[in-house]
Amino acid sequence: MSTIASQVEVPEGVHLPIYMDNHATSPLDPRVLEAMMPYFTTKFGNAASRNHSFGWEAEQAVETAREQIAKLIGTTAKEIIFTSGATESDNLAIKGIAEMYRERGNHIITQVTEHKAVLDSCKHLEKNGYRVTYLPVKADGLIDLDDLRHAIDDKTILVSIMAANNEIGVLQPIAEIGKLCHEKGVIFHTDAVQSVGKVPFNVIADNVDVASISGHKIYGPKGVGALYVRRRNPRVQIAAQIDGGGHERGMRSGTLNVPGIVGLGKACEIANAEMATEAVYLAGLRDRLKAKLESELDYIHVNGSMEHRLPGNLNVSFVYVEGESLLMGINDVAVSSGSACTSATLEPSYVLKALGLGDDVAHSSIRFGLGRFNTQAEVDYVAAKVIDIVKHLRELSPLYEMVKEGIDLTKIQWAAH
Amino acid sequence: MAYSDKVIDHYNNPRNVGQLDKSSTEVGTGLVGAPECGDVMRLQIRVNPETQVIEEAKFKTFGCGSAIASSSLATEWIKGRTVDDALGIKNTDIVKELSLPPVKIHCSVLAEDAIRAAIGDWKKKNSAAETVDAAVAVVAQ
Ligand SMILES: Cc1ncc(COP(=O)(O)O)c(C=O)c1O
Ligand code: FES
Repeated sequence: MSTIASQVEVPEGVHLPIYMDNHATSPLDPRVLEAMMPYFTTKFGNAASRNHSFGWEAEQAVETAREQIAKLIGTTAKEIIFTSGATESDNLAIKGIAEMYRERGNHIITQVTEHKAVLDSCKHLEKNGYRVTYLPVKADGLIDLDDLRHAIDDKTILVSIMAANNEIGVLQPIAEIGKLCHEKGVIFHTDAVQSVGKVPFNVIADNVDVASISGHKIYGPKGVGALYVRRRNPRVQIAAQIDGGGHERGMRSGTLNVPGIVGLGKACEIANAEMATEAVYLAGLRDRLKAKLESELDYIHVNGSMEHRLPGNLNVSFVYVEGESLLMGINDVAVSSGSACTSATLEPSYVLKALGLGDDVAHSSIRFGLGRFNTQAEVDYVAAKVIDIVKHLRELSPLYEMVKEGIDLTKIQWAAH
Repeated sequence: MAYSDKVIDHYNNPRNVGQLDKSSTEVGTGLVGAPECGDVMRLQIRVNPETQVIEEAKFKTFGCGSAIASSSLATEWIKGRTVDDALGIKNTDIVKELSLPPVKIHCSVLAEDAIRAAIGDWKKKNSAAETVDAAVAVVAQ
Protein backbone atom coordinates (compact mmCIF):
# COMPACT_ATOMS: atom_id res chain seq x y z
CA MET A 1 0.00 0.00 0.00
CA SER A 2 1.52 3.32 -0.95
CA THR A 3 1.38 6.17 1.47
CA ILE A 4 0.66 9.81 0.90
CA ALA A 5 3.81 11.68 0.01
CA SER A 6 4.47 14.70 2.14
CA GLN A 7 7.56 16.72 2.79
CA VAL A 8 6.68 17.39 6.41
CA GLU A 9 9.21 15.99 8.84
CA VAL A 10 8.04 14.09 11.90
CA PRO A 11 9.52 15.72 15.00
CA GLU A 12 11.29 13.66 17.59
CA GLY A 13 9.00 12.12 20.18
CA VAL A 14 5.99 12.15 17.88
CA HIS A 15 4.56 8.75 17.08
CA LEU A 16 2.27 8.25 14.12
CA PRO A 17 -0.63 7.99 13.77
CA ILE A 18 -1.61 10.93 15.98
CA TYR A 19 -5.00 10.77 17.66
CA MET A 20 -6.74 14.15 17.56
CA ASP A 21 -10.39 13.09 17.57
CA ASN A 22 -11.15 13.23 21.28
CA HIS A 23 -14.79 14.23 20.82
CA ALA A 24 -15.49 10.93 19.13
CA THR A 25 -13.86 9.00 21.93
CA SER A 26 -10.85 9.40 24.15
CA PRO A 27 -8.11 6.97 25.06
CA LEU A 28 -8.46 5.22 28.40
CA ASP A 29 -6.30 6.87 31.03
CA PRO A 30 -3.86 4.24 32.39
CA ARG A 31 -4.88 5.20 35.93
CA VAL A 32 -8.47 4.36 35.03
CA LEU A 33 -7.49 1.00 33.63
CA GLU A 34 -5.55 0.24 36.77
CA ALA A 35 -8.57 1.01 38.94
CA MET A 36 -10.79 -1.21 36.77
CA MET A 37 -8.57 -4.28 36.52
CA PRO A 38 -9.44 -6.01 39.81
CA TYR A 39 -13.14 -5.84 38.95
CA PHE A 40 -12.54 -7.95 35.86
CA THR A 41 -10.61 -10.57 37.81
CA THR A 42 -10.80 -11.26 41.53
CA LYS A 43 -13.50 -8.74 42.45
CA PHE A 44 -16.09 -10.03 40.02
CA GLY A 45 -19.12 -9.92 42.31
CA ASN A 46 -22.61 -8.79 41.39
CA ALA A 47 -23.31 -5.48 43.10
CA ALA A 48 -26.85 -6.68 43.78
CA SER A 49 -25.73 -9.78 45.71
CA ARG A 50 -26.56 -9.07 49.34
CA ASN A 51 -25.43 -12.34 50.91
CA HIS A 52 -21.66 -12.45 50.56
CA SER A 53 -18.50 -10.41 50.47
CA PHE A 54 -18.18 -10.62 46.67
CA GLY A 55 -21.41 -8.70 46.33
CA TRP A 56 -20.58 -6.24 49.12
CA GLU A 57 -17.20 -5.50 47.57
CA ALA A 58 -18.77 -4.78 44.19
CA GLU A 59 -21.49 -2.66 45.74
CA GLN A 60 -18.91 -0.68 47.68
CA ALA A 61 -16.99 0.02 44.46
CA VAL A 62 -20.16 1.18 42.72
CA GLU A 63 -21.01 3.52 45.58
CA THR A 64 -17.52 5.01 45.51
CA ALA A 65 -17.93 5.67 41.79
CA ARG A 66 -21.31 7.28 42.39
CA GLU A 67 -19.66 9.64 44.85
CA GLN A 68 -16.80 10.45 42.50
CA ILE A 69 -19.24 11.42 39.75
CA ALA A 70 -21.48 13.34 42.13
CA LYS A 71 -18.54 15.33 43.43
CA LEU A 72 -17.47 16.36 39.94
CA ILE A 73 -20.90 17.75 39.08
CA GLY A 74 -21.78 19.17 42.48
CA THR A 75 -24.43 16.78 43.70
CA THR A 76 -24.94 13.76 45.97
CA ALA A 77 -24.44 10.09 45.15
CA LYS A 78 -28.16 9.33 45.49
CA GLU A 79 -28.88 11.40 42.40
CA ILE A 80 -26.67 9.39 40.02
CA ILE A 81 -27.92 6.35 38.14
CA PHE A 82 -25.81 4.21 35.86
CA THR A 83 -26.55 3.40 32.23
CA SER A 84 -24.83 1.80 29.26
CA GLY A 85 -23.69 5.18 27.92
CA ALA A 86 -24.98 8.59 27.05
CA THR A 87 -27.16 7.37 24.20
CA GLU A 88 -29.12 5.42 26.77
CA SER A 89 -29.00 8.32 29.24
CA ASP A 90 -30.47 10.70 26.64
CA ASN A 91 -33.17 8.19 25.67
CA LEU A 92 -34.05 7.47 29.28
CA ALA A 93 -34.19 11.14 30.24
CA ILE A 94 -36.32 12.30 27.33
CA LYS A 95 -38.64 9.33 26.93
CA GLY A 96 -38.82 8.70 30.67
CA ILE A 97 -39.78 12.29 31.47
CA ALA A 98 -42.21 12.50 28.56
CA GLU A 99 -43.96 9.38 29.79
CA MET A 100 -43.99 10.40 33.46
CA TYR A 101 -45.34 13.91 32.87
CA ARG A 102 -47.79 13.12 30.07
CA GLU A 103 -50.71 14.34 32.19
CA ARG A 104 -49.09 17.71 32.65
CA GLY A 105 -48.34 18.35 28.99
CA ASN A 106 -46.99 16.99 25.73
CA HIS A 107 -44.60 19.70 24.54
CA ILE A 108 -40.81 19.34 24.46
CA ILE A 109 -38.24 21.91 23.39
CA THR A 110 -34.80 21.07 22.05
CA GLN A 111 -32.49 22.58 19.44
CA VAL A 112 -31.19 21.64 16.02
CA THR A 113 -27.53 20.88 16.76
CA GLU A 114 -28.21 18.25 19.45
CA HIS A 115 -26.67 14.81 19.22
CA LYS A 116 -28.77 12.24 17.35
CA ALA A 117 -29.50 10.46 20.63
CA VAL A 118 -31.56 13.51 21.64
CA LEU A 119 -33.01 14.38 18.23
CA ASP A 120 -34.07 10.84 17.45
CA SER A 121 -35.61 10.36 20.90
CA CYS A 122 -37.66 13.49 20.24
CA LYS A 123 -38.65 12.25 16.79
CA HIS A 124 -39.80 9.03 18.35
CA LEU A 125 -42.02 10.95 20.76
CA GLU A 126 -43.47 13.01 17.91
CA LYS A 127 -44.85 9.78 16.48
CA ASN A 128 -46.57 9.17 19.80
CA GLY A 129 -48.52 12.38 20.14
CA TYR A 130 -45.87 14.71 21.56
CA ARG A 131 -45.12 18.10 20.08
CA VAL A 132 -41.45 19.07 19.72
CA THR A 133 -39.98 22.51 19.05
CA TYR A 134 -36.50 22.48 17.52
CA LEU A 135 -34.95 25.86 18.25
CA PRO A 136 -32.57 27.24 15.62
CA VAL A 137 -29.06 28.40 16.50
CA LYS A 138 -27.35 31.65 15.61
CA ALA A 139 -24.31 31.79 13.32
CA ASP A 140 -22.06 31.23 16.35
CA GLY A 141 -23.91 28.03 17.28
CA LEU A 142 -25.67 29.40 20.38
CA ILE A 143 -29.41 29.41 20.87
CA ASP A 144 -31.22 32.67 21.43
CA LEU A 145 -32.68 32.77 24.96
CA ASP A 146 -35.59 34.85 23.72
CA ASP A 147 -36.48 32.10 21.26
CA LEU A 148 -36.55 29.68 24.15
CA ARG A 149 -38.64 32.00 26.32
CA HIS A 150 -41.20 32.38 23.54
CA ALA A 151 -41.29 28.67 22.79
CA ILE A 152 -42.28 27.66 26.31
CA ASP A 153 -46.06 27.29 26.66
CA ASP A 154 -48.41 25.82 29.24
CA LYS A 155 -48.02 22.35 27.74
CA THR A 156 -44.21 22.38 27.90
CA ILE A 157 -42.85 19.67 30.19
CA LEU A 158 -39.21 19.41 29.16
CA VAL A 159 -36.38 21.45 27.70
CA SER A 160 -33.36 19.47 26.46
CA ILE A 161 -30.37 21.58 25.42
CA MET A 162 -26.82 20.25 25.32
CA ALA A 163 -24.07 21.81 27.43
CA ALA A 164 -21.34 21.49 24.77
CA ASN A 165 -21.65 20.50 21.15
CA ASN A 166 -19.68 17.49 19.94
CA GLU A 167 -18.80 18.93 16.53
CA ILE A 168 -18.13 22.60 17.10
CA GLY A 169 -17.50 22.55 20.85
CA VAL A 170 -19.85 25.47 21.44
CA LEU A 171 -21.06 25.90 25.03
CA GLN A 172 -24.73 26.76 25.40
CA PRO A 173 -25.72 29.17 28.19
CA ILE A 174 -27.09 26.38 30.36
CA ALA A 175 -27.23 28.34 33.62
CA GLU A 176 -29.56 30.89 32.00
CA ILE A 177 -31.53 28.18 30.26
CA GLY A 178 -31.98 26.34 33.55
CA LYS A 179 -33.02 29.50 35.32
CA LEU A 180 -35.66 30.19 32.72
CA CYS A 181 -36.95 26.62 32.95
CA HIS A 182 -37.22 26.84 36.71
CA GLU A 183 -39.13 30.11 36.50
CA LYS A 184 -41.60 28.42 34.18
CA GLY A 185 -41.77 25.14 36.08
CA VAL A 186 -40.29 23.13 33.21
CA ILE A 187 -37.76 20.31 33.66
CA PHE A 188 -34.32 21.00 32.21
CA HIS A 189 -32.28 18.11 30.79
CA THR A 190 -28.83 18.67 29.37
CA ASP A 191 -26.62 16.33 27.38
CA ALA A 192 -23.41 17.14 29.25
CA VAL A 193 -21.31 14.43 27.59
CA GLN A 194 -18.75 16.79 26.08
CA SER A 195 -18.62 19.33 28.89
CA VAL A 196 -18.37 17.23 32.06
CA GLY A 197 -14.72 16.96 33.05
CA LYS A 198 -13.69 19.57 30.47
CA VAL A 199 -15.24 22.79 31.74
CA PRO A 200 -16.88 23.61 35.09
CA PHE A 201 -20.27 21.91 35.25
CA ASN A 202 -22.30 22.14 38.42
CA VAL A 203 -25.92 21.05 38.53
CA ILE A 204 -26.76 23.56 41.25
CA ALA A 205 -25.05 26.62 39.75
CA ASP A 206 -26.20 25.63 36.26
CA ASN A 207 -29.82 24.96 37.32
CA VAL A 208 -29.79 21.51 35.73
CA ASP A 209 -32.42 18.90 36.62
CA VAL A 210 -31.26 15.95 34.55
CA ALA A 211 -27.86 15.43 32.89
CA SER A 212 -26.36 12.76 30.62
CA ILE A 213 -22.75 11.67 31.09
CA SER A 214 -20.60 9.20 29.14
CA GLY A 215 -17.47 7.36 30.26
CA HIS A 216 -15.51 7.22 27.04
CA LYS A 217 -15.39 10.96 26.38
CA ILE A 218 -13.51 11.59 29.62
CA TYR A 219 -10.71 9.01 29.35
CA GLY A 220 -12.92 6.32 30.84
CA PRO A 221 -14.31 3.13 29.29
CA LYS A 222 -16.91 2.80 26.53
CA GLY A 223 -20.33 1.34 27.19
CA VAL A 224 -20.89 3.03 30.52
CA GLY A 225 -22.62 6.27 31.34
CA ALA A 226 -24.68 7.98 33.97
CA LEU A 227 -27.76 10.06 34.37
CA TYR A 228 -28.05 12.72 37.03
CA VAL A 229 -31.66 12.98 38.23
CA ARG A 230 -32.50 15.76 40.69
CA ARG A 231 -34.25 14.67 43.88
CA ARG A 232 -35.12 18.06 45.38
CA ASN A 233 -36.26 21.49 44.13
CA PRO A 234 -37.73 20.11 41.96
CA ARG A 235 -37.90 16.34 42.43
CA VAL A 236 -37.76 14.78 38.99
CA GLN A 237 -39.32 11.44 38.25
CA ILE A 238 -38.48 9.26 35.30
CA ALA A 239 -40.43 6.31 33.93
CA ALA A 240 -38.12 3.33 33.41
CA GLN A 241 -37.49 2.35 29.82
CA ILE A 242 -35.86 -0.98 30.70
CA ASP A 243 -37.81 -3.20 33.06
CA GLY A 244 -36.39 -5.99 35.17
CA GLY A 245 -34.84 -6.43 38.58
CA GLY A 246 -35.54 -2.90 39.75
CA HIS A 247 -31.91 -1.78 39.93
CA GLU A 248 -30.99 1.90 40.20
CA ARG A 249 -34.06 2.83 42.23
CA GLY A 250 -36.27 1.19 39.64
CA MET A 251 -35.21 3.61 36.94
CA ARG A 252 -32.83 1.33 35.13
CA SER A 253 -32.86 -2.42 35.59
CA GLY A 254 -29.93 -4.63 34.71
CA THR A 255 -26.89 -6.01 36.51
CA LEU A 256 -24.44 -3.19 36.92
CA ASN A 257 -21.31 -3.06 34.77
CA VAL A 258 -19.03 -2.88 37.80
CA PRO A 259 -15.63 -2.52 36.10
CA GLY A 260 -17.06 0.10 33.74
CA ILE A 261 -18.65 2.01 36.59
CA VAL A 262 -15.40 1.92 38.57
CA GLY A 263 -13.65 3.31 35.50
CA LEU A 264 -16.19 6.07 35.02
CA GLY A 265 -15.84 7.02 38.69
CA LYS A 266 -12.06 7.08 38.51
CA ALA A 267 -12.19 9.16 35.32
CA CYS A 268 -14.37 11.70 37.11
CA GLU A 269 -12.04 11.80 40.10
CA ILE A 270 -9.06 12.51 37.84
CA ALA A 271 -11.01 15.15 35.92
CA ASN A 272 -12.00 16.84 39.15
CA ALA A 273 -8.36 17.11 40.19
CA GLU A 274 -6.88 18.05 36.82
CA MET A 275 -9.56 19.85 34.85
CA ALA A 276 -8.47 23.38 35.65
CA THR A 277 -4.86 22.92 34.54
CA GLU A 278 -5.82 20.68 31.66
CA ALA A 279 -8.24 23.26 30.28
CA VAL A 280 -5.52 25.90 30.19
CA TYR A 281 -3.14 23.45 28.53
CA LEU A 282 -5.65 22.41 25.87
CA ALA A 283 -6.75 25.96 25.11
CA GLY A 284 -3.06 26.79 24.62
CA LEU A 285 -2.61 23.93 22.14
CA ARG A 286 -5.84 24.83 20.38
CA ASP A 287 -4.88 28.48 19.98
CA ARG A 288 -1.42 27.50 18.76
CA LEU A 289 -2.94 25.26 16.11
CA LYS A 290 -5.35 27.98 15.05
CA ALA A 291 -2.65 30.65 14.85
CA LYS A 292 -0.39 28.42 12.74
CA LEU A 293 -3.15 27.57 10.29
CA GLU A 294 -4.26 31.18 10.00
CA SER A 295 -0.73 32.46 9.44
CA GLU A 296 -0.14 30.21 6.41
CA LEU A 297 -3.53 29.78 4.77
CA ASP A 298 -6.13 32.16 3.38
CA TYR A 299 -9.87 31.42 3.17
CA ILE A 300 -10.12 29.51 6.41
CA HIS A 301 -13.18 29.80 8.54
CA VAL A 302 -13.57 28.81 12.20
CA ASN A 303 -17.01 27.30 12.80
CA GLY A 304 -18.80 28.28 15.99
CA SER A 305 -18.11 30.77 18.74
CA MET A 306 -14.49 30.99 19.87
CA GLU A 307 -15.57 32.66 23.09
CA HIS A 308 -18.07 30.06 24.30
CA ARG A 309 -16.17 26.94 23.41
CA LEU A 310 -14.57 23.80 24.79
CA PRO A 311 -10.84 24.33 25.26
CA GLY A 312 -9.90 21.29 23.14
CA ASN A 313 -12.12 21.95 20.13
CA LEU A 314 -11.24 23.57 16.84
CA ASN A 315 -13.57 23.18 13.89
CA VAL A 316 -12.26 24.81 10.73
CA SER A 317 -13.39 24.99 7.14
CA PHE A 318 -10.58 25.09 4.60
CA VAL A 319 -12.72 26.66 1.95
CA TYR A 320 -12.33 25.39 -1.66
CA VAL A 321 -10.81 22.14 -0.42
CA GLU A 322 -13.10 19.15 0.03
CA GLY A 323 -12.84 17.58 3.50
CA GLU A 324 -12.39 13.96 2.57
CA SER A 325 -9.56 14.72 0.18
CA LEU A 326 -7.90 16.61 3.01
CA LEU A 327 -8.34 13.69 5.42
CA MET A 328 -6.78 11.46 2.79
CA GLY A 329 -3.69 13.63 2.71
CA ILE A 330 -3.33 13.69 6.47
CA ASN A 331 -4.01 10.01 6.96
CA ASP A 332 -1.47 9.72 9.77
CA VAL A 333 -3.61 12.11 11.82
CA ALA A 334 -6.97 11.02 13.19
CA VAL A 335 -9.47 13.87 12.91
CA SER A 336 -12.96 14.02 11.45
CA SER A 337 -14.75 15.99 8.77
CA GLY A 338 -18.24 17.38 8.21
CA SER A 339 -17.89 16.60 4.53
CA ALA A 340 -20.65 14.63 2.85
CA CYS A 341 -18.09 12.46 1.10
CA THR A 342 -17.08 11.01 4.48
CA SER A 343 -20.60 10.30 5.66
CA ALA A 344 -22.70 7.27 4.88
CA THR A 345 -25.59 9.44 3.74
CA LEU A 346 -23.52 11.72 1.48
CA GLU A 347 -25.05 14.66 3.37
CA PRO A 348 -22.80 17.28 4.93
CA SER A 349 -22.95 17.85 8.69
CA TYR A 350 -26.37 19.02 9.91
CA VAL A 351 -24.65 20.90 12.72
CA LEU A 352 -22.61 23.04 10.34
CA LYS A 353 -25.61 23.61 8.10
CA ALA A 354 -27.55 24.82 11.13
CA LEU A 355 -24.98 27.62 11.54
CA GLY A 356 -26.08 28.88 8.15
CA LEU A 357 -22.90 27.77 6.40
CA GLY A 358 -23.22 26.98 2.74
CA ASP A 359 -22.92 23.31 1.91
CA ASP A 360 -19.64 24.04 0.17
CA VAL A 361 -18.12 25.39 3.39
CA ALA A 362 -19.53 22.47 5.39
CA HIS A 363 -17.89 20.08 2.92
CA SER A 364 -14.54 21.70 3.70
CA SER A 365 -14.62 21.34 7.47
CA ILE A 366 -12.27 19.48 9.77
CA ARG A 367 -12.82 18.91 13.48
CA PHE A 368 -9.69 18.83 15.60
CA GLY A 369 -10.41 17.35 19.03
CA LEU A 370 -7.47 17.89 21.33
CA GLY A 371 -7.16 15.83 24.47
CA ARG A 372 -5.16 15.08 27.58
CA PHE A 373 -2.48 13.10 25.78
CA ASN A 374 -1.78 15.43 22.87
CA THR A 375 1.52 17.31 22.89
CA GLN A 376 2.76 20.59 21.47
CA ALA A 377 5.05 18.69 19.10
CA GLU A 378 2.03 16.84 17.76
CA VAL A 379 0.16 20.08 17.22
CA ASP A 380 3.13 21.52 15.33
CA TYR A 381 3.33 18.46 13.11
CA VAL A 382 -0.41 18.42 12.44
CA ALA A 383 -0.43 22.12 11.59
CA ALA A 384 2.49 21.73 9.17
CA LYS A 385 0.94 18.70 7.56
CA VAL A 386 -2.48 20.29 7.13
CA ILE A 387 -0.94 23.44 5.65
CA ASP A 388 1.11 21.35 3.22
CA ILE A 389 -1.88 19.29 2.03
CA VAL A 390 -4.30 22.22 1.84
CA LYS A 391 -1.82 24.03 -0.40
CA HIS A 392 -1.44 20.94 -2.59
CA LEU A 393 -5.21 20.54 -2.90
CA ARG A 394 -5.79 24.19 -3.63
CA GLU A 395 -3.45 23.90 -6.58
CA LEU A 396 -5.91 21.30 -7.81
CA SER A 397 -9.01 23.25 -6.90
CA PRO A 398 -10.86 24.97 -9.74
CA LEU A 399 -12.82 26.94 -7.14
CA TYR A 400 -9.74 28.36 -5.47
CA GLU A 401 -8.34 29.35 -8.86
CA MET A 402 -11.59 31.04 -9.87
CA VAL A 403 -11.85 32.97 -6.63
CA LYS A 404 -8.24 34.08 -6.96
CA GLU A 405 -9.09 35.36 -10.44
CA GLY A 406 -11.92 37.39 -8.95
CA ILE A 407 -14.79 35.24 -10.21
CA ASP A 408 -17.90 35.26 -8.02
CA LEU A 409 -18.76 31.60 -7.54
CA THR A 410 -22.34 32.37 -6.60
CA LYS A 411 -22.90 33.83 -10.07
CA ILE A 412 -22.06 30.60 -11.82
CA GLN A 413 -24.85 28.31 -13.00
CA TRP A 414 -23.72 25.05 -11.47
CA ALA A 415 -25.06 21.84 -12.87
CA ALA A 416 -26.14 20.49 -9.48
CA HIS A 417 -26.91 16.81 -9.45
CA MET B 1 -11.94 4.39 3.73
CA ALA B 2 -9.12 2.41 2.19
CA TYR B 3 -7.91 3.78 -1.11
CA SER B 4 -6.38 1.74 -3.88
CA ASP B 5 -2.72 2.36 -4.72
CA LYS B 6 -3.77 3.88 -8.04
CA VAL B 7 -6.05 6.42 -6.36
CA ILE B 8 -3.26 7.36 -3.98
CA ASP B 9 -0.81 7.66 -6.86
CA HIS B 10 -3.08 10.06 -8.76
CA TYR B 11 -3.74 11.99 -5.56
CA ASN B 12 -0.03 12.40 -4.86
CA ASN B 13 1.02 12.96 -8.45
CA PRO B 14 -1.99 14.26 -10.30
CA ARG B 15 -1.41 14.27 -14.08
CA ASN B 16 -2.15 17.26 -16.27
CA VAL B 17 -3.18 19.78 -13.66
CA GLY B 18 -3.81 23.23 -15.00
CA GLN B 19 -5.81 25.32 -17.35
CA LEU B 20 -6.02 25.99 -21.08
CA ASP B 21 -7.14 29.19 -22.76
CA LYS B 22 -10.90 28.93 -22.66
CA SER B 23 -11.36 31.45 -25.46
CA SER B 24 -9.33 29.50 -28.03
CA THR B 25 -11.48 27.72 -30.65
CA GLU B 26 -9.26 24.67 -30.35
CA VAL B 27 -10.09 24.36 -26.66
CA GLY B 28 -13.18 22.75 -25.17
CA THR B 29 -14.04 23.26 -21.50
CA GLY B 30 -16.26 21.12 -19.30
CA LEU B 31 -17.22 22.35 -15.83
CA VAL B 32 -19.39 19.83 -14.00
CA GLY B 33 -20.65 19.29 -10.46
CA ALA B 34 -21.46 21.96 -7.90
CA PRO B 35 -19.74 23.29 -4.79
CA GLU B 36 -22.80 22.44 -2.67
CA CYS B 37 -22.47 18.81 -3.71
CA GLY B 38 -18.85 18.77 -2.65
CA ASP B 39 -17.49 18.14 -6.11
CA VAL B 40 -16.57 20.34 -9.06
CA MET B 41 -14.49 19.18 -11.99
CA ARG B 42 -13.08 21.29 -14.75
CA LEU B 43 -11.67 19.34 -17.66
CA GLN B 44 -10.25 21.01 -20.76
CA ILE B 45 -9.04 19.67 -24.08
CA ARG B 46 -7.08 21.16 -26.96
CA VAL B 47 -8.01 19.49 -30.22
CA ASN B 48 -5.98 19.46 -33.42
CA PRO B 49 -8.46 20.81 -36.02
CA GLU B 50 -6.91 18.72 -38.82
CA THR B 51 -6.78 15.34 -37.13
CA GLN B 52 -9.46 15.80 -34.40
CA VAL B 53 -6.93 14.36 -31.98
CA ILE B 54 -6.92 15.63 -28.38
CA GLU B 55 -3.35 16.86 -28.08
CA GLU B 56 -3.58 18.35 -24.64
CA ALA B 57 -5.84 17.82 -21.64
CA LYS B 58 -5.91 19.66 -18.32
CA PHE B 59 -8.02 19.38 -15.18
CA LYS B 60 -8.69 20.83 -11.79
CA THR B 61 -10.97 19.15 -9.28
CA PHE B 62 -12.58 20.06 -5.97
CA GLY B 63 -13.74 16.78 -4.51
CA CYS B 64 -12.72 13.67 -2.68
CA GLY B 65 -9.59 11.68 -3.49
CA SER B 66 -11.54 9.40 -5.81
CA ALA B 67 -12.88 12.39 -7.73
CA ILE B 68 -9.36 13.80 -8.08
CA ALA B 69 -8.02 10.44 -9.24
CA SER B 70 -10.92 9.92 -11.69
CA SER B 71 -10.36 13.24 -13.40
CA SER B 72 -6.58 12.87 -13.42
CA LEU B 73 -6.95 9.45 -15.03
CA ALA B 74 -9.49 10.81 -17.51
CA THR B 75 -7.00 13.38 -18.78
CA GLU B 76 -4.39 10.67 -19.24
CA TRP B 77 -6.79 8.47 -21.18
CA ILE B 78 -8.17 11.07 -23.55
CA LYS B 79 -4.81 12.51 -24.53
CA GLY B 80 -3.80 11.22 -27.95
CA ARG B 81 -7.27 9.97 -28.78
CA THR B 82 -9.60 11.44 -31.34
CA VAL B 83 -12.64 13.25 -30.02
CA ASP B 84 -15.00 10.46 -31.05
CA ASP B 85 -12.75 7.84 -29.55
CA ALA B 86 -12.62 9.73 -26.24
CA LEU B 87 -16.41 9.76 -26.09
CA GLY B 88 -16.24 6.00 -25.83
CA ILE B 89 -14.68 6.16 -22.34
CA LYS B 90 -17.17 4.95 -19.75
CA ASN B 91 -17.27 5.65 -16.05
CA THR B 92 -17.20 1.90 -15.46
CA ASP B 93 -13.75 1.78 -17.08
CA ILE B 94 -12.57 4.34 -14.52
CA VAL B 95 -14.17 2.42 -11.65
CA LYS B 96 -12.34 -0.70 -12.76
CA GLU B 97 -8.97 0.93 -13.27
CA LEU B 98 -9.05 2.71 -9.90
CA SER B 99 -10.88 -0.07 -7.98
CA LEU B 100 -13.43 2.44 -6.69
CA PRO B 101 -15.90 1.20 -4.08
CA PRO B 102 -19.67 1.57 -4.75
CA VAL B 103 -20.01 4.83 -2.77
CA LYS B 104 -17.44 6.42 -5.07
CA ILE B 105 -19.06 5.50 -8.36
CA HIS B 106 -20.60 8.95 -8.71
CA CYS B 107 -17.07 10.45 -8.70
CA SER B 108 -16.30 8.43 -11.84
CA VAL B 109 -19.63 9.44 -13.38
CA LEU B 110 -18.60 13.02 -12.88
CA ALA B 111 -15.34 12.38 -14.75
CA GLU B 112 -17.25 10.88 -17.67
CA ASP B 113 -19.59 13.88 -17.61
CA ALA B 114 -16.58 16.19 -17.64
CA ILE B 115 -15.15 14.52 -20.75
CA ARG B 116 -18.51 14.80 -22.52
CA ALA B 117 -18.96 18.41 -21.46
CA ALA B 118 -15.49 19.41 -22.69
CA ILE B 119 -15.99 17.68 -26.03
CA GLY B 120 -19.51 19.12 -26.30
CA ASP B 121 -18.13 22.61 -25.75
CA TRP B 122 -15.44 22.11 -28.36
CA LYS B 123 -17.96 20.75 -30.88
CA LYS B 124 -20.29 23.67 -30.29
CA LYS B 125 -17.50 26.17 -30.91
CA ASN B 126 -16.31 24.41 -34.02
CA SER B 127 -19.63 23.74 -35.66
CA ALA B 128 -20.24 27.47 -35.29
CA ALA B 129 -16.83 28.14 -36.83
CA GLU B 130 -17.62 25.76 -39.71
CA THR B 131 -20.86 27.59 -40.47
CA VAL B 132 -19.01 30.87 -40.48
CA ASP B 133 -16.44 29.43 -42.86
CA ALA B 134 -19.23 28.17 -45.10
CA ALA B 135 -20.93 31.54 -45.04
CA VAL B 136 -17.72 33.27 -46.00
CA ALA B 137 -17.27 30.78 -48.82
CA VAL B 138 -20.76 31.56 -50.13
CA VAL B 139 -20.15 35.28 -50.08
CA ALA B 140 -16.84 34.86 -51.89
CA GLN B 141 -18.47 33.08 -54.81
C1 LIG C 1 -23.01 15.11 22.76
C2 LIG C 1 -23.08 13.62 22.78
N1 LIG C 1 -24.16 13.00 23.28
C3 LIG C 1 -24.26 11.67 23.32
C4 LIG C 1 -23.26 10.85 22.85
C5 LIG C 1 -23.43 9.37 22.92
O1 LIG C 1 -22.66 8.82 23.96
P1 LIG C 1 -22.37 7.26 24.03
O2 LIG C 1 -21.34 6.98 22.99
O3 LIG C 1 -21.85 7.03 25.43
O4 LIG C 1 -23.64 6.54 23.78
C6 LIG C 1 -22.11 11.45 22.32
C7 LIG C 1 -21.00 10.65 21.77
O5 LIG C 1 -21.06 10.12 20.67
C8 LIG C 1 -22.02 12.86 22.29
O6 LIG C 1 -20.95 13.47 21.78
S1 FES D 1 -16.58 13.92 -4.58
FE1 FES D 1 -17.88 13.39 -2.89
S2 FES D 1 -17.58 11.26 -2.78
FE2 FES D 1 -16.25 11.81 -4.40
